[in-house]
Amino acid sequence: MIEHEVLERVLATALRKGGDFAEVYAEDKASTSAGLDDGRVEQVSSGRDRGAGIRVVVGETTGFAYTADLSEAGLRAAAEAASAVASQGGAGTRVVSLTRSPAHVVNRIEIYPDTVGKAAKVSLLQRVDEAARSMGGAIGQVSAGYADSRKRIIVANSDGLLAEDEQVRHILRISVVANGDAGMQTGFESLGHTIGFELFDQHDVEELARTAARQAITKLRARPAPSGAVPVVIKAGSGGVLFHEACGHGLEADLVSKGASVYRGKVGELVASPLVTLVDDGTMAGEWGAIGIDDEGHPSQHNVLIQDGVLTDYMWDHLRARKEGHAHSGNGRRQSYMHLPMVRMTNTYVLNGTENAEDIIRDTPYGVYVAKLGGGSVNTASGDFVFGMTEAYLIENGELTDPLREGNLIGNGPQVLRDIDALANDFAMGNPGTCGKDGQGVPVGDGQPTLRVKSMTIGGTAS
Amino acid sequence: MSSGSSQLQDIADRVIAQASRGEQVEAYVARGVETDIRTYEGEVEHFVSAQSEGIGIRVIKDGRTGFAYAGTLDESAIASVLAQARDNVAFGTPDEWAGLAEPDGVAVVPQELWNEALAAYPTADKIALAKELERLTAASDPRVRVDDANYSDGAGETAVATTTGIRVNGRENACYVSVSTLADDGDETQTGFGFSVGRSPHEFDLGKAAREAADRATRLLGAIKPPSKRVTVVLDPYVTAQFLGVISSALNGENVIKGRSLFANRVGEPVASPLFTLIDDPTNPKAYTATDIDGEGLAARRNSLIEAGVLQGFVHSSYSARRAGTVSTGNSVRGGFKGTPGVGCLAMQLKPGARTQAELVADVEDGVLIQMVQGLHSGVNPISGDFSTGASGLLISKGQLGAPVREFTIASTLQRMLHDIVEVGGDVDWLPSMAAGVSLVIADVTMSGA
Repeated sequence: MIEHEVLERVLATALRKGGDFAEVYAEDKASTSAGLDDGRVEQVSSGRDRGAGIRVVVGETTGFAYTADLSEAGLRAAAEAASAVASQGGAGTRVVSLTRSPAHVVNRIEIYPDTVGKAAKVSLLQRVDEAARSMGGAIGQVSAGYADSRKRIIVANSDGLLAEDEQVRHILRISVVANGDAGMQTGFESLGHTIGFELFDQHDVEELARTAARQAITKLRARPAPSGAVPVVIKAGSGGVLFHEACGHGLEADLVSKGASVYRGKVGELVASPLVTLVDDGTMAGEWGAIGIDDEGHPSQHNVLIQDGVLTDYMWDHLRARKEGHAHSGNGRRQSYMHLPMVRMTNTYVLNGTENAEDIIRDTPYGVYVAKLGGGSVNTASGDFVFGMTEAYLIENGELTDPLREGNLIGNGPQVLRDIDALANDFAMGNPGTCGKDGQGVPVGDGQPTLRVKSMTIGGTAS
Repeated sequence: MSSGSSQLQDIADRVIAQASRGEQVEAYVARGVETDIRTYEGEVEHFVSAQSEGIGIRVIKDGRTGFAYAGTLDESAIASVLAQARDNVAFGTPDEWAGLAEPDGVAVVPQELWNEALAAYPTADKIALAKELERLTAASDPRVRVDDANYSDGAGETAVATTTGIRVNGRENACYVSVSTLADDGDETQTGFGFSVGRSPHEFDLGKAAREAADRATRLLGAIKPPSKRVTVVLDPYVTAQFLGVISSALNGENVIKGRSLFANRVGEPVASPLFTLIDDPTNPKAYTATDIDGEGLAARRNSLIEAGVLQGFVHSSYSARRAGTVSTGNSVRGGFKGTPGVGCLAMQLKPGARTQAELVADVEDGVLIQMVQGLHSGVNPISGDFSTGASGLLISKGQLGAPVREFTIASTLQRMLHDIVEVGGDVDWLPSMAAGVSLVIADVTMSGA
């Protein structure tokens, strides 16, 4: 994408007016997407995003500029713009000598998206549409989206680092509307991995569509969810977002360092039930948040954040690691070359416990069983978070009974982590997610075994 | 838009000139610059100066649509985008209603979307604004810390050309300042934010942004989790604006056609309290999202959506209108050059009542003033109408504001909430969002807490 020597000269330009650190991040991303709605393939789209972001760090100040022009002249112009923050001058000429990092390959790609015909991509959508509609007359509408991307990134910085990675992602999303006497209900499923088109040979997309349809149909007979605090059992692979919100964001070093996290100053302390061991793992091959290197050029890692309930470490990016004298953790990520990197999660999950999932339900006289969660959000400073339940059932006398209408669950992160009183041995990863922070979205994964929180507030309407 | 760029228009014109017989082609060309400045503890934390450009090309042939984009205006890249869009056409399903917009003769209501004072504003002054906002906020209350203070501006120019005769271009700029706060009391930390927006920095009210940011964070210190019960809620204007954003999904003509709107087949029927009159009017210059043309290049216009509780109609693009057997309401929306336009409300406004928020609160026997909501994207389903959101605010007892409350939800259904509206306030606030804010009183909402 860019010659080694050009990168060295651009970094020198970036530091010409002074500065402690300079970095070039370049990407070239080709993507294809297709959407089906109302029985029609509405359109196939192709996109190309190519450009570089250059940052210069002077003390606590970062200058950043980006450009879609990857010629040496274009890069140098961006380097000059980024270096405007370094006004003290007099730094003289700094020579940057880059050493290529060994490749850190996490994801093995068999079938690259550009080797697959668009007809094959579109036919996935048609199969999904047909399968969902085969679930009966209640199915009123089906929409499905397919997207693939192949992104090459290159990172070079004034510490001499030069690293490259290629990230290939495929995702399929299915939304279904079912019509009943009491109105409409919806079902949603998605399948996304950081692998090639072989994804769709390894998974039954028709079954995925039928699952989304069943979800919508089941909810037609849903009754209002309870209102107030009840025990909540969360199905394996559907509740990772709980940890993402309840504590993941609060363990990001940038938020911690500004005192904007309830977990600040808590390393070494018991912050969760001793049942909980929480990991953030960018090396989990094929998962939606898996990366070879982060967007600052550091290899992805398996980082234990909470061990048996005790907080062991935060997640780090370059700036925070440098400031605190901490090692990189491979969590410096950005949405694209147009964005500054910051601390982000990759695949965040809770390790298996020892109990049997059926036993956990059987031991719950009354409560709510959440089979599928929607999105969520957290206020990291107070710890208050919400997440939506898109498929849930009432638990009565240790058995699942009626389906419940949608609603939010609300809780306080540190409290909910302590209130986890049962953890099963049926670990599963959840759906691919997009994590939003400060206006940037990045792909993330999550997972957990079936677990129970002894009390959470359900935002329903039933008294 | 006003006095746009002939250079971008030339690029768009050159693309559509290459259309073959039987082919409809649309080229959307955009270019923009932005500045983002963040300060922390009196120093610049980051300074971002950026330029971007790109082109999106849509090709329609025999009822099939193809699209492609590239984030560059490089001549050879544009040729490849057109080729890709054409190639993509073959994979669409024929749709008898597919087609680009055609000029409809509706006159454009000109808007002042470009401000020279902003374009000429010096960088050093922008940095000074962010620092001043940080200083004012930190000085406003000893319990308050500033998480970050920001100045941002952007300027963009666009041009659209179609083989169906649309040819418009224009430019637009805007700026804002914002501040995030933390307030501490012992082990407890709460957060707040404040902002001020304008066409030029001369319109900012830094003092108000600082006060609101400090107030939002401190007012929740010591907040309790309320009991679970049915109450009357008074929505702050800021919350009402978000509530209207949810309602807009059901007023979207494309959702109606595709069986995703709870208002389908209800035109002419009462869907809300008689106090509820809603319009979408991007021609009102007071609206933050005021605009003169829509995403397809047609004139933006005033549309009545709900009149005294009775559903009047839906918003449409040329495509959804064709399918619904009507005409475009000028409500095509486009997120930039990377996608094709969709349908959406542009600038919603609820007809205001006459009383202040304090007067509304004084009439509430048992309720909550909802100042913030959290999780509208996760607990609200505009298709089924299920509504459940995290919230914080102040308890209301016998007409008096009481203890701050947090970590609870309010829930109902959109259908019921619209009918349960008791009063609309007179305190219109032209917020930086797609809907203007105003206080709104809704009865019989379930509050879930302890």
